Amino acid sequence: MTQRVGVEVSIAVADAVRMANPDVVAAYPITPQTHIVEHLAELVANGEMDAEYIPVESEHSAMSACLGAAAAGARTFTATASQGLALMNEVLYVASGMRLPIVMVVANRALSAPLSIWCDHSDLMSVRDTGWVQIIVENGQQAVDNTLCAFRIAEDRRVLLPVIVHLDGFNLTHVIEPIVFPEQADIDKFLPVSSYPLPLNPDKPVAMGSFAPPFIFTEAKWAQEVALKNSKGVVLECWSDFSKISGRGYSPVEKYKSDGAKVLLTTMGSIGETASVAIDRMRAAGKDVGLLKLRLWRPFPFDELRVAVKDADVLIVLDRDLSFGGPGGVLASEVKAALYSLERKPKVVGFVGGLGGRDITMDGFEDIVNKGMEIARKGSQHEYEIYGVRE
Amino acid sequence: MAKSESEMTWRDLNIGCIVTEPGSARQYQSGTWRSQRPTYEFKKCIRCGLCSLFCPEGCIEQNKDGYFEANMYYCKGCGICARECWPRVIKMVEEEEK
Repeated sequence: MTQRVGVEVSIAVADAVRMANPDVVAAYPITPQTHIVEHLAELVANGEMDAEYIPVESEHSAMSACLGAAAAGARTFTATASQGLALMNEVLYVASGMRLPIVMVVANRALSAPLSIWCDHSDLMSVRDTGWVQIIVENGQQAVDNTLCAFRIAEDRRVLLPVIVHLDGFNLTHVIEPIVFPEQADIDKFLPVSSYPLPLNPDKPVAMGSFAPPFIFTEAKWAQEVALKNSKGVVLECWSDFSKISGRGYSPVEKYKSDGAKVLLTTMGSIGETASVAIDRMRAAGKDVGLLKLRLWRPFPFDELRVAVKDADVLIVLDRDLSFGGPGGVLASEVKAALYSLERKPKVVGFVGGLGGRDITMDGFEDIVNKGMEIARKGSQHEYEIYGVRE
Repeated sequence: MAKSESEMTWRDLNIGCIVTEPGSARQYQSGTWRSQRPTYEFKKCIRCGLCSLFCPEGCIEQNKDGYFEANMYYCKGCGICARECWPRVIKMVEEEEK
């Protein structure tokens, strides 16, 4: 029988990576991701993990090293956050375009300036269009489970794309949670040794990342888009198989007391837990509210979202990011786009809050739901509402 | 390769556009970039081969008479050969000129 152990989530994520038995870890430490790669370095140095650990001089190099390793057919891992993710941005597009199954954990943190080491989703949104499969988790157990799933999804021959697991910096990375680790024997079966179809090999040479003139570039990008869209089926299959060994299931849009509710709140990341408790309290007070939590960010779960909101009149979307000068939160904007073509759809009210580590409390969520319902009734002259800013 | 590159569909591409055939870039017709082309007054040519050394495309070879001449499938019309040819054999003309 597996036991629940109290462990810091970063350490638990690193232990999950060890269980996946990667060949190469290339990383550069950055707050709040540091404990993950520090622990991996320790495991390698102590001989507890049989991998090459490449301490590089920047995140750009970390991703470049992962690229090379994955091209040679190695199971490859890195982790970063915020400015580090921004620095490796260029190489992220190359990894997905070259269809290399790299796994990365991002400890979500605000982007400078002003300097903030605390959580929001501005880094997450900055890599939205990089072509990676992106999963966002809500607690430590989900981080462990999805880190393991990420390798399986990335390396599946029907996918062969890099995968990011987003977990909130500090709110998750630096807290101690009770974690259940799967059995190593189960994971060994769940994650067979990786075999990239056309690896770099001196006996059978290939050219990777070559140039594509205009007459073939569109075809190349469409092939990538089809692969990313089709990866959803593999993600679902992976989560289903994982539930058989762990008893824990996941879905692209997770529903919390949302069936039939007229008012729905939508969140991403760790604030979903606080929001769940706030929903309990509001329901106990007689409010007809429910919660949706987005677990799969890319490929975007259009169908699941449309089904989940079909009975709702109001959909309040909370973003921890802001597209400056644009429609506000990126999630709200995408939700609106996903629902636009529906005949019957809820009114979508976007809120931006929780920036740079500011907490949103249970009272805060109640406040957001009340304001959202009022805006849905009366309308607003703003594209979105900024929550909690002092006037 | 069964299909030429311009006939290939997205389904025909290798994963990540990996190239398994050596020298496949030779198929690429860089000659379509040209707006000027070299013309030759071979009776002045001393066959020194300087033009072929300077050609950034590496597309100048000796023809059957031993004179150096660009392969127009690849020649981009940069004019470096004309600039370097000191006996002034090579003259660049606009593509549309006869």
